[in-house]
Amino acid sequence: MKSWLTTTDHKRIGLLYFWTAFVFFLLGGIEALVIRLQLAQPSGHVVSAETYNQLFTMHGTTMVFLALMPLSASFFNYIVPLQIGARDVAFPRLNAFSYWVFLLGGLFLNASWFVGPLFKAGMLNVAPDGGWFGYANLTERQFSPGPNIDFWLLGLQILGISSLAAGFNFIVTILNLRAPGLKLMRLPVFTWMTLVTQFLIITAFPVITVGLVFLMFDRFFGAHFYVHGAGATPLLWQHLFWLFGHPEVYILILPAMGIVSEVLPTFARKPLFGYTVVVYSGILIGFMGWGVWSHHMFAVGLGPIADSVFAATTMLIAVPTGVKIFNWIATLWGGDIRGTTALHFAVGFIAMFIIGGLSGVSHASPPADLQQTDTYYVVAHIHYVLFGGTIMGLFAGIYYWWPKMTGRLLSEPLGKWHFWLQFIGMNVAFFPMHFIGLLGMPRRIYTYSPDLGVSDLNLVSTVGAFLIAVSLLVFIANLWRTRSRGETASNDPWGGATLEWSIPSPPPVYNFSVIPTITSRLPRWRTELHAPMQDPPATPPGPIHVPGGSWWPMVAAFGLPLMALAPLTHTLWLAFVGAGVLIVGIYGWAFEPFEV
Amino acid sequence: MTHAAHAPTAHYTSMGLDSRKMAFWAFIGSECLLFGSLISTYLVYKGRSVVGPYPHDILNIPFTSVSTFDLLMSSLMMVLALAAVQRGDMKWGKIWLFSTALLGLVFLGGQVIEFTEFVHKGLTMSTNLFGCTFFVLTGTHGAHVAVGVLWLLTLWVRALQGRLGPANAMTVEITGLYWHFVDVVWIIIFTVVYLIQ
Repeated sequence: MKSWLTTTDHKRIGLLYFWTAFVFFLLGGIEALVIRLQLAQPSGHVVSAETYNQLFTMHGTTMVFLALMPLSASFFNYIVPLQIGARDVAFPRLNAFSYWVFLLGGLFLNASWFVGPLFKAGMLNVAPDGGWFGYANLTERQFSPGPNIDFWLLGLQILGISSLAAGFNFIVTILNLRAPGLKLMRLPVFTWMTLVTQFLIITAFPVITVGLVFLMFDRFFGAHFYVHGAGATPLLWQHLFWLFGHPEVYILILPAMGIVSEVLPTFARKPLFGYTVVVYSGILIGFMGWGVWSHHMFAVGLGPIADSVFAATTMLIAVPTGVKIFNWIATLWGGDIRGTTALHFAVGFIAMFIIGGLSGVSHASPPADLQQTDTYYVVAHIHYVLFGGTIMGLFAGIYYWWPKMTGRLLSEPLGKWHFWLQFIGMNVAFFPMHFIGLLGMPRRIYTYSPDLGVSDLNLVSTVGAFLIAVSLLVFIANLWRTRSRGETASNDPWGGATLEWSIPSPPPVYNFSVIPTITSRLPRWRTELHAPMQDPPATPPGPIHVPGGSWWPMVAAFGLPLMALAPLTHTLWLAFVGAGVLIVGIYGWAFEPFEV
Repeated sequence: MTHAAHAPTAHYTSMGLDSRKMAFWAFIGSECLLFGSLISTYLVYKGRSVVGPYPHDILNIPFTSVSTFDLLMSSLMMVLALAAVQRGDMKWGKIWLFSTALLGLVFLGGQVIEFTEFVHKGLTMSTNLFGCTFFVLTGTHGAHVAVGVLWLLTLWVRALQGRLGPANAMTVEITGLYWHFVDVVWIIIFTVVYLIQ
């Protein structure tokens, strides 16, 4: 137990990220199921309007910040150091700090489901209710007087710190801890996409932090950043949020694209088609992701010039994305394909992401977007890219790397059941939403009239949502079964080309008994120019220094939610206690003997 | 085990740059976006306050010029501190580290005086948009200076204890990176907020 609380081992932190994020993923999924129950028929009465607002807000916030990002982070943690031939990340304790801040931030946000009585709210749940993009000035104290939005803006600031700390850590890890000979253009694509994602994180999160800080000062200290009457414009929030929000979309999708770029070559027994182009497309997406944010704001009326520019940049960003899709298809073409579950999910990712990409381009056009804004069409789009895209990609990664992370292979037959149920379920759930939206049903309204003519489609969508739930039960059964009865994995159950497959599953605490020297982009495969590398010996030739654990990252992390409780409860001394804990944590951290 | 000034192990790094230093450059890049957003907001809201006091009623350029000069000089002290630590001259290393922190404290004192005076003249965060943007922008900068002062004083105490030597020059260098960055941000704020009204 203590060894897990104080761990600085990237593999253990990766597993902590996985299990924590998976629980939050199930929580966000349950929220979605309640939403779908409420909408299964017109004039539904499953939940009240207030609770419905909290459900869709927390569903979005949970899935983005507490499920998808940290599930990606679990692979950054576990796999990236293995793929670059490193013994750990550059700053192991900072890595532990990121995890604890993420956990505490997630608990802080979700505590809002139970603490209504403490705020005399008249209901149990005071969860955030302003939507995951929390538009000002709806979120001002005048219009949202309860503690709901406070939980949201404070929780997101805590989570931002976790992501930023991890961002600096992984940039340095990938750039600085590569094994000898592992040049940048020899990095596995997953590692490359991780690197691009971290740059997006460290540049995008400060922007939303500023937006949230303004909101905090408005709500707690009577500032007027988003108050129209004081001469301010609520549009400032929209710009700050989407300046973060659109790069965030790529923060969510690029890791999944990286995973797919690992899975496809392994199961097609072919090098990735156009490696260089795939890498450059990923970098280009990272840059262009910064130039498209106002396409979330076409309905605002920014004027024809701004609308045209953002329409053009948005259509342009489809180009590098399309390039990647063709490269993946070409990778499969003529390959010696093995239809594993991981490959199923990877191919499912490509198919679903194409649909999501196409509906995305359709609202790159302002006239079309004006019809689609705030309707279920947009909901359909984001679920095709984030569920059909990111989650499919993440599951490809789970089936692919599970044997490496736990030493046991997930069951393939159960995996196929999981895949097909999820694949059919998501299409049944989300495809009708295109029509529901075009027929005029707005998103984020807790009920609809039978006269709208979307009742049957909504029922179909709800059935699909429950199919997805069943598929996840199959997945959980698979995890459970694998725990004791799964087939034991060798070093390399799939015949992978990258470094993580050259060491035992799960790897020893020091990862590599001898740090390998890399001479090829596909070090473990025979190519025209290269023989496969020698796997490191089973036992290290000499003693290897492994950093011990530390309590201080966790101590420091506890300071942040304590500080966040101060404004929430109007208790000044808590701010000082929180700051004190943080400072004690940082000093303990800085001055304890700890050698990487 | 003594964790006194032992030489940090010279780790092999792929880019040949110390990992902590690289992380710090990434952090500074991130901070640019933070201050960029704050300064942009100040500019977007410039001239949109519907009630006074307005910037020209209240900003005291001579006073803040002195603060600015003080902060610029602290950067000079920082350079001297790093040079002294690098050549192993810990006597002057201590003096310059302390002077840097002291000038930082003087700057913070100036900010406290300025904020107090503004509040007395009727400008608070809830007065108008100028108040909101001014206090949050300069306050965020002030918080950065405060962190820097704390950091410099910590190094100074370590130096007094004899636990800071040329082997820790990289730590001092990174502190310097932070300090100079905070200084550069102030030059921009001073120009945007005070000089260009």
